[in-house]
Amino acid sequence: MSFSREAILHLAHLARLSVENTGDDDSIQDDLNRIVTMVGQISAANTEGIEPMAHPLDTIQRLRLDIITETNEREILLALAPKTAAGLFLVPTVIE
Amino acid sequence: MHTKTIAELLKILDKGECSSEELTKIYLARIQKLDKTLNSFITITEEFALSAARIADEKRRKEDKAPLLGVPIAHKDIFCTQGIKTSCGSKMLDNFISPYDATIVTKLKEAGTILLGKTNMDEFAMGSSNETSFYGPVHNPWDPALVAGGSSGGSAAAVAANLTPAATGTDTGGSIRQPAALCGLTGLKPTYGRVSRYGMIAFASSLDQAGPLAKTAEDCALLLQAMAGVDIKDSTSIDNPVPNYNTMLNNSLEGLKIGLPKEFFGEGLHPEVEMAVQNALKTLEKMGAKVFDIELPNTKLAIPTYYVIAPAECSSNLSRYDGVRFGYRCDNPQNLEDLYKRSRGEGFGPEVKRRILIGTYVLSAGYFDAYYVQAQKVRKLITTDFINAFSKVDVILGPTTPSPAFNIGEKTKDPVSMYLCDIYTISVNLAGLPALSMPGGFVQQCPIGIQLIGNYFEEGKLLNIAHQFQQLTDWHQKTPLTFKE
Repeated sequence: MSFSREAILHLAHLARLSVENTGDDDSIQDDLNRIVTMVGQISAANTEGIEPMAHPLDTIQRLRLDIITETNEREILLALAPKTAAGLFLVPTVIE
Repeated sequence: MHTKTIAELLKILDKGECSSEELTKIYLARIQKLDKTLNSFITITEEFALSAARIADEKRRKEDKAPLLGVPIAHKDIFCTQGIKTSCGSKMLDNFISPYDATIVTKLKEAGTILLGKTNMDEFAMGSSNETSFYGPVHNPWDPALVAGGSSGGSAAAVAANLTPAATGTDTGGSIRQPAALCGLTGLKPTYGRVSRYGMIAFASSLDQAGPLAKTAEDCALLLQAMAGVDIKDSTSIDNPVPNYNTMLNNSLEGLKIGLPKEFFGEGLHPEVEMAVQNALKTLEKMGAKVFDIELPNTKLAIPTYYVIAPAECSSNLSRYDGVRFGYRCDNPQNLEDLYKRSRGEGFGPEVKRRILIGTYVLSAGYFDAYYVQAQKVRKLITTDFINAFSKVDVILGPTTPSPAFNIGEKTKDPVSMYLCDIYTISVNLAGLPALSMPGGFVQQCPIGIQLIGNYFEEGKLLNIAHQFQQLTDWHQKTPLTFKE
């Protein structure tokens, strides 16, 4: 397996992550190829009949009581946002 | 005063030989004076610290019994601290002032600790040398040309240089144990779920765990006591009773069965590190422990497995950084997609980007089964190896790292060579087990660590063994010359 430049740009698009003009796009192709070659070693392992393990402990998801614990912190949270207007998060126009 | 352990400081505070305010001032002055050469702190919380110390002194006069009352500590900058910058070592969160406290921050505050500041770390805890930090690398107090380890490198360097008696860290693949080893400290990664992850900025949610870095096992026991326990705000925290770790420290090691995995002693291990491990075994045998050879046959698959699972979880967790609700936002976005792409592209550093891209790849259509599902199956094999081993022995012992600290810049050009630093620590996270690194000697004037791996929830046993080891050895009492006075 080896990544072409196009394949990396496609992945970057899927991750909504620009890799161009950020100073680190020169080495990224080599680096990703090396990493994927390394992780490819797992394909040699015999895992027939083995259940995938998503989580280290076999426990049942605990549910909390259905009561309101959080208070409305709109002002505090909006104060963290880079751009707001009229009590809302601001993004570039989505629908013309 | 600054070379004392927490246990010693508590006695001094109790006797009134020093106030918490005086103690806090000593450490703050040391940070101001000495951290320029180390870069171990991102934020110093002087005003918070002094006001909390005065309150602690007041409480002590009123005979408050908080277990760590008035003891200064530092938090890794991955833990949310209300009203204090929480950067996670990233440009993405350089402007982020957390609106709430992480559960362990609250718990350690309730236990009476005083926060001196937030320590440097690899960006989003992704690194083994603290070189991926937006704030620059941390230098090792034993030799500033060397790395302090990572990702909790700032915490380790700060404790080793006596800038704080102890610090918190997080460990996703070795990030507490490896820097503890390279800086000459005791560091504990608890069982997955032992400590709440609420307010700990997520990297790989099925692997991340918080724990202490300190001078001694006894101090780690005091800190874990305050940190551990179920938390309603973290549904993956485990509702098992927290034992009294302090009372377990002096248990006898007579008859303790130590397993030595042959896979931890192969190619790549520095011969002097191996010698230090053999010497540690002799010390433990003197105390009545018995050594058995064991096998962990899938060890060689741990790094490739980890570098599928951790990036997969990271790519999902880090999708929250979008330039909209908090954190970095690019200038003049042309449209929503441009806002996302450039905010993330400019806000994240190269290692974080590599992991997001790898994670996106292994989760994408056509590759999911071959990489992600296969990695989860190998994870099961690795875990089963440990379960089999623990049917024969009480604890597993080996080196924490293959070699002592390396030069800053030595491994930054090749990410895979950096990943191999975690060869002995990473399988523990995949299995969710507890493990501890304790000082075990010096190689080329640099400290190295001995790793103890325990069965699930056996932190007490690990602390017990390390504490007993530290009664017969003095590696943990060594201080780098420059930071002794």
